[in-house]
Formats: sequence, structure tokens, C-alpha cells
Amino acid sequence: MKLLVTVSETAEADDEFEIDGLSIDDRYLTFDLNEWDNYAIEEAVQVSESNDDVEVVTVTVGPERTEETIRQGLAKGADRAIRVWDDDLADVGLLDSGTKARLIAAVAQEEEPDLILSGVQSGDMAFAATGVALAADLGYEWAAVVNELDLDAENGVAHVHRELEGGVVELTDVELPAVLTIQTGINEPRYASLRGIRQAQTKPLDVTTPDELGVTLGESALSLTSLAEPETESDVEFFEGGADDTAGKLATLLRDKGVDA
Amino acid sequence: MSDVLAVAEHRRGELRDVSFEVITASRELADATGGDVHLAVISGDVDGFADELNLDGVDLIHTVEHGDEFNHGVYTQTLTQLVDDCGPQYVVTPHTVNGLDYAPAVAQKIDYPLVTDAIGVDTNDGLTITRELYNGKTEATVAVSSDHALVTVRPGEWPPAEGDGSATIEAFDVTIDEAAVRSTVKGFEEVGAGDVDISEADVLVSVGRGIQEEENLDIIFDLAEALDATVSASRPIVDNGWLPQDRQVGQSGKKVTPDVYLAIGISGAVQHVAGMKGADTIVAINDDPSAPIYDIADYGIVDDLFDVVPALTEQFG
Ligand SMILES: Cc1cc2nc3c(=O)[nH]c(=O)nc-3n(C[C@H](O)[C@H](O)[C@H](O)COP(=O)(O)OP(=O)(O)OC[C@H]3O[C@@H](n4cnc5c(N)ncnc54)[C@H](O)[C@@H]3O)c2cc1C
Repeated sequence: MKLLVTVSETAEADDEFEIDGLSIDDRYLTFDLNEWDNYAIEEAVQVSESNDDVEVVTVTVGPERTEETIRQGLAKGADRAIRVWDDDLADVGLLDSGTKARLIAAVAQEEEPDLILSGVQSGDMAFAATGVALAADLGYEWAAVVNELDLDAENGVAHVHRELEGGVVELTDVELPAVLTIQTGINEPRYASLRGIRQAQTKPLDVTTPDELGVTLGESALSLTSLAEPETESDVEFFEGGADDTAGKLATLLRDKGVDA
Repeated sequence: MSDVLAVAEHRRGELRDVSFEVITASRELADATGGDVHLAVISGDVDGFADELNLDGVDLIHTVEHGDEFNHGVYTQTLTQLVDDCGPQYVVTPHTVNGLDYAPAVAQKIDYPLVTDAIGVDTNDGLTITRELYNGKTEATVAVSSDHALVTVRPGEWPPAEGDGSATIEAFDVTIDEAAVRSTVKGFEEVGAGDVDISEADVLVSVGRGIQEEENLDIIFDLAEALDATVSASRPIVDNGWLPQDRQVGQSGKKVTPDVYLAIGISGAVQHVAGMKGADTIVAINDDPSAPIYDIADYGIVDDLFDVVPALTEQFG
């Protein structure tokens, strides 16, 4: 059995940052493994540990910089990785989820996984669409926002819990092959061991291009036209000073509001 | 061609609030394109739902009777055929967990560009969507170069449609390929109740990822004790297993409306805010001045929580 995990790198902006045109300058960004994908990797590795003959492959659409993030997945137990990139993609201001899905679908067509795990969303762009778009492209079944997975590989069914709003979960049976988008909290992601980190350096990380995958990139249908810090309508009142001062002012406020032991 | 197709959402026999909001967003778009607002009501008590949604601004309601609950296979097939049939310029769906379960698939099938989690739309010069990027720290506008688009809208951003309408209600004749529906909803479960009900609390001391380590929760419990308050949390704290699920505030947790909500080391992600924006007074302690929590907070302390929280506890000691 083969599992494919989509892995993306997300950017987090520093507390203080500057916007330069349509992007935040790299100086103010920290790149890391997407939080949701971390749970997807863990879930895949757990499946491989509790079933015989499971291969876990990760796929990333991203520039060379993302290889550090990709190695994190390998260090946590994925067997090999594929990275798709072309410098033309860097010029696309906003890589839409449809295009991303087509690129990953081309990889999946070669790999023919039984199960694909994606994160629900990426922390930075938060379109929350790639996994389900991918399923539609591939003709796979799918389920979005999965917070429990019980895989019955023999019968080709994934019994999942989908986390709906307001503390309600939906219990659903999904036929394989399928794409599941994984929600945080589904498991406890491991930290890579030193041994894992060493091994990750020698695991295969293949690089391919849209061209090699036979995907022609058209004009992107979406483009970013402005990026700004939101104009806040808030009238938040800040307490200034050292911690003792601010705590004192807040204590007065809280007492005014009737808070007291 | 200039029409807008909105999609209603319901669960366990009840329409969800966002159904009324997608109508307003769709009306806004249709006013600009000069088209009609169509509304799709799929599965469940479609006639009852259609009556409830026959509101000012809706021109045509398509009902599709098929099963009781949401199934993404049924929704995807229905909407693909409906779009084929009425050729809308824009399709508008809720940015909800179920919305996420069909909108990207529909967009792919009908080949419309997809923009999700819209908080604003503008049609002056083609379609432009306002949405957040980088964890709510920035707001972006995204231009759609195609004539068509599927837009998912954030719940709570548009006012609900109201006022009696005079829409035509029609049953849409859809052919569902049952063999292609390869997932089955078996039922629902609810997160069990624990020993405390955070939605009943007057004062909540709510802790987020800024607390860093489980051991550090001590300073939060000390403060809560000093204030005679209840401890709640953002999602990562619950995901880590540091607090039980019934303490989670937010979209997938509980909605709370205390007199005072103290957000400590919480960034204010939209899914968190969904659960606490109804609090009377919101106080944030967060060392990042650009954290979105400050957009809704009434009072704030931009400082290290490890300094402020013990100092505050001391004030009540
Ligand atoms: C479908 C879905 C459903 C979701 N449902 C929920 C939900 O119900 N509830 C929920 O909360 N989230 C939910 N989320 C997750 C949500 O998107 C955020 O990831 C989450 O709310 C972030 O939690 P946080 O603010 O604690 O962490 P972060 O976003 O990491 O914020 C931590 C904050 O702590 C501050 N900080 C760090 N150190 C210090 C310090 N020493 N002193 C002061 N401040 C400090 C930082 O500046 C930062 O702003 C959901 C997400 C999805 C996709």
C-alpha cells in the first residue's frame, strides 16, 4: 500500500514586518512545515507503522528552499519525497489551488497511491482547497477536515470523523482510493529523532518540473492586486508601561467590571 | 450568464445562519452584474427550507430532494449539472467545513477559478475579492481574470438576508450517479460535556499557544483562581492534550459570551474569534502588536505574558 502526503512550507510573519509591494519581505518571514501537514505526515507514518508494506511518499510544490522542510517529513518517517517546481511558478503571484492540484495530480497519477493525506489548509494562505480539488482531478473519493481515521485497508474503506462546527463530528465511510484533508489534533506529531534526521539526508528527494509531468501552466486566473495591514476598526485601548504598571491598570479595570475573588 | 448561484447549508434539519448570508453576498454581486440570484437548496426538507429562504433579493430557488443530510458527492454532481443548466457567472458558497468539502471539487469540475474565505467583493473592474493572508495579519485583494468564479464567503461577514421574497421555486431535475457517490455519512457525534461548562462562565481566562509549555499552564490556573474565573483555551492547547476538548473556544469548540474574556497568548485566528466575539469586554495580552486579536479587543497589553500574568495574579493576591 502506498500513501502520498502533500507537504507545503508556510511563511509566518514576524511581530513587526514590512510589506514591500505585494509581498512581505523575506527578512520578516520564517518558513516552516505547514502545521496541518505535520499532522498529515504523522498520520501517514502511523499507518505505515501499524500495517505491513506501506510506503509513505511526500509531494511538495515549492522552490529549492523548501527542501529543508521536506527533509523534516523524511526525518519523521516518510520514505521518499518529490518536489515539483519551475521558475515560471515563482512568477505567478498567487498559485491558485486548481493549478497546485493539477501538478500534484500529475505526480499522483505516476505514483498511484491508495490514500492521499493533505492538510486542511496552509497556515499562511489558508485557501483550504488543494486536497479536495486534487481528489476531483484524480477521480478519487475524499473527505475534508478529518480528525479521526480508522483505515480498513483490506476492505478499501477509511472510516473517518469529519470535524464540523460547534463540537459536532460527522462519521463517514470513504471508499479508497481517497484524499483526506487532515485536521490538527488528530494525533500527536512526533519530533524527529537524531537518527531520523541523519537518515533523512540519504532518503530520495526527486525533483521534477511541470513540463516533465506533462502539465502546461496557463495564465493564472488569480492575481494578487494589493496587500496591506488591515485597517482596524478597533478602538482597543492599550495599557502602557512595565508589567507591574500594566497589570495594576488592568486590575483596576477588572475590578470595575466586577471581577474579584 | 450574469446570474449568481448561491448554495444554502443545513444540518440535522435546520438551516445554518450562513445560508442567509450567502444570499446577501450573491445579491451584492448580482446587482453589479445585472443578473438574477439563484439559490440551490439540496437535500433535507427542501420545500420547508425553500420557504424559509424565499427572501428579498432571491429570484429563483432550485430544490433538489435527495437524502436528509449533506453528502459531498450529491452536492458536487447536483451543482455541476445546475451550473451547466443555468450558466451562472458566479457561484457563491459558504466557507464552512461542509463548504470546504464540495466547493473545490465543483470549481474543478466546472472549471471556474476558486477564491475562498472572501470577506469582501468588488466588481468595478472585473471581480476582486478581499481576503486575509498570513494568519490574518494582512488583508489582500485578489483579482480574478476569468469571467467566472466560485467564491466561498466567510460566515458572519455579510448581514443575513431578510424581508419576504417572491422567488420562483422549482424542483431541479438532477440525475445522481449513485455509483459515483463513494462515501456514506453514518451519523453524528457530539463532544461530551465535561465538569465545567465554559459557555456559562462570567469570566474566562483563556490561554493560547503563547504559553509554550504544559507546565506553564500553572500561571494561568493561578490567575484564574485569583480572579475566581474559569480557564478556557484556543485550539492548539486542546490539540496538544493539555486541556480537555470542552475547554476549547471557537468554531469547532464552544461559543462563549462572558462578561470578561482574557485572551492570553492567543493570536485571534478567525476560527477562534468566531467563538468569543460575543464577549462583553475582551482583554488581550499578546506581545505581537500586529496580532489580529487586537482588532476585536477592547483593552490590550503588548508585553510578555510571562511578566504580565504573574503580576496580575499578584494584584488580586
Ligand atoms: C476548520 C478549522 C477549525 C478551527 N477551529 C478552531 C477553534 O474552534 N478554536 C481555535 O482556537 N482555533 C481553531 N482553529 C485553529 C485556528 O486557525 C488557529 O490555528 C488557532 O486558533 C491558533 O491558536 P493560538 O492563537 O493559540 O496560536 P497562535 O496563532 O500560534 O498564536 C499564539 C500567540 O501568542 C503570542 N505569544 C507568543 N509568546 C508570547 C508571550 N511570551 N507573551 C505574549 N504573547 C505571546 C503570539 O504573538 C501569538 O499571537 C481552527 C482551524 C480550522 C482550519
